[in-house]
Amino acid sequence: MSDARNQARAVLEGPDIHRALTRIAHEILERTKGAESVVLLGIPTRGATLARRLAERIAQFEGVKVPVGAIDITMYRDDLRLRPARPLGRTELPAEGVDGRTVVLVDDVLFSGRTVRAALDALNDVGRPRAVQLATLVDRGHRELPIRADYVGKNLPTAKAEKVKVYLQETDGRDAVLLIKEDAR
Amino acid sequence: MKRHLISAGDLSRDDALLILDTAEELARVSERSIKKLPTLRGRTVVNLFFEDSTRTRISFEAAAKRLSADVINFSAKGSSVSKGESLKDTALTLEAMGADAVVIRHAASGAPHRLATWVRGSVVNAGDGTHEHPTQALLDAFSMRRRLGRLEGLKVAIVGDVLHSRVARSNVLLLGTLGAEVTLVAPPTLLPVAVETWPCQVSYDLDAVLPKSDVVMMLRVQLERMNAAYFPSAREYSRRYGLDRARFGRLHDDAIVMHPGPMNRGMEISAEVADSPRSTITEQVANGVTVRMAVLYLLLGGSEPAIGTSAADPAVQTVPGGEL
Repeated sequence: MSDARNQARAVLEGPDIHRALTRIAHEILERTKGAESVVLLGIPTRGATLARRLAERIAQFEGVKVPVGAIDITMYRDDLRLRPARPLGRTELPAEGVDGRTVVLVDDVLFSGRTVRAALDALNDVGRPRAVQLATLVDRGHRELPIRADYVGKNLPTAKAEKVKVYLQETDGRDAVLLIKEDAR
Repeated sequence: MKRHLISAGDLSRDDALLILDTAEELARVSERSIKKLPTLRGRTVVNLFFEDSTRTRISFEAAAKRLSADVINFSAKGSSVSKGESLKDTALTLEAMGADAVVIRHAASGAPHRLATWVRGSVVNAGDGTHEHPTQALLDAFSMRRRLGRLEGLKVAIVGDVLHSRVARSNVLLLGTLGAEVTLVAPPTLLPVAVETWPCQVSYDLDAVLPKSDVVMMLRVQLERMNAAYFPSAREYSRRYGLDRARFGRLHDDAIVMHPGPMNRGMEISAEVADSPRSTITEQVANGVTVRMAVLYLLLGGSEPAIGTSAADPAVQTVPGGEL
């Protein structure tokens, strides 16, 4: 662990994350014409935290109360059989539901796109949104599916072997995005 | 490699809590209009029932189907078993059909354990003789936690025919693991030999135990096994160990009443008590599906199970589970 820490470089610090989320909140308001009938759904755990932060900012800027929730995708993953059964995250749908609304999925890191694919399947089972958009704090590239983000905090060029780790105050006690280089032992 | 659920005693505290927490998330799925998840698509679950059971079989069937597994129901009546086929031959037949999990109910204690040495898939004990019924204990614990918010330190009275009850044994083991304090209440004739070695208290006096209990679990008097005169008459049993309105009144206000079903109304529990809002009897049925989904998911949902015990036979252990 400490070895990996030594190889880690902070690419975003607290204030950078703050500014990125502020910009994304503005972009959502702009593109959805004041966040009308928008629902923010975070992918647990850190996506759910980011979704709540975005909702707070949107409320701050324009006084709109956007419904916010979480959608767990574990049961929809395509790699379940590659690892032991994993614990489930929490799905919390806002009372308003998703039918006929614009759902903005929120995740911390966009990588292969497989998580988002699973989220689209999960969403399909809870209702029929009018449109689905995707917001991500970091887009690190290396897509394996035809998926792209509508709102991106930072485009981060990475090597495939590197790891991107997002820390958030609510779950990890601090805000930071780290790029971790694999040890070439 | 862990891959079976045969005894509640095999579950560590972490295993048990993982099942309950997983069930808690899955309960939300049961509330929405599309109740199906794609998780076990392409996996086969065989319900192997050598003993009559409606609720447990249907519950396992619903759980497997909600996870998109294929379900094959096999009951001893009208099968080759009535022609004299042995458990082993039946098991080998199922094996050839490629069962990823076998849910077994059998009149002989230990049958699931034996089966686990013959099949490659996960074995889930759905009740064996007077031995164990671990998923019932899990759903009981889940129901208690949902109603009362905790299990640690909870005072649970299990009342009635403990001798013939696999539910009682599994509950004593699981609730002990989860930190609840269990008291068994029964006439001396309906307590098993060596009950003093179980991790629980024993009492013959229901009225003394009731006021101190948070949960009262009434067991069914198994009339089909009452051929040895365990008590003088049904009426006398009901007087001393039945939960009627007067006894119900002696419980504290937050205490709940449970029963694994099927009930003998008027015998161990009065209709009034069974239908009261503090009875969890119908909730237990709904929770049964959720908890069994959690168990099937944790056993079959990954490359290897996240809960359960190792196979008894090391030769079988080396064969990867669930891979076909």
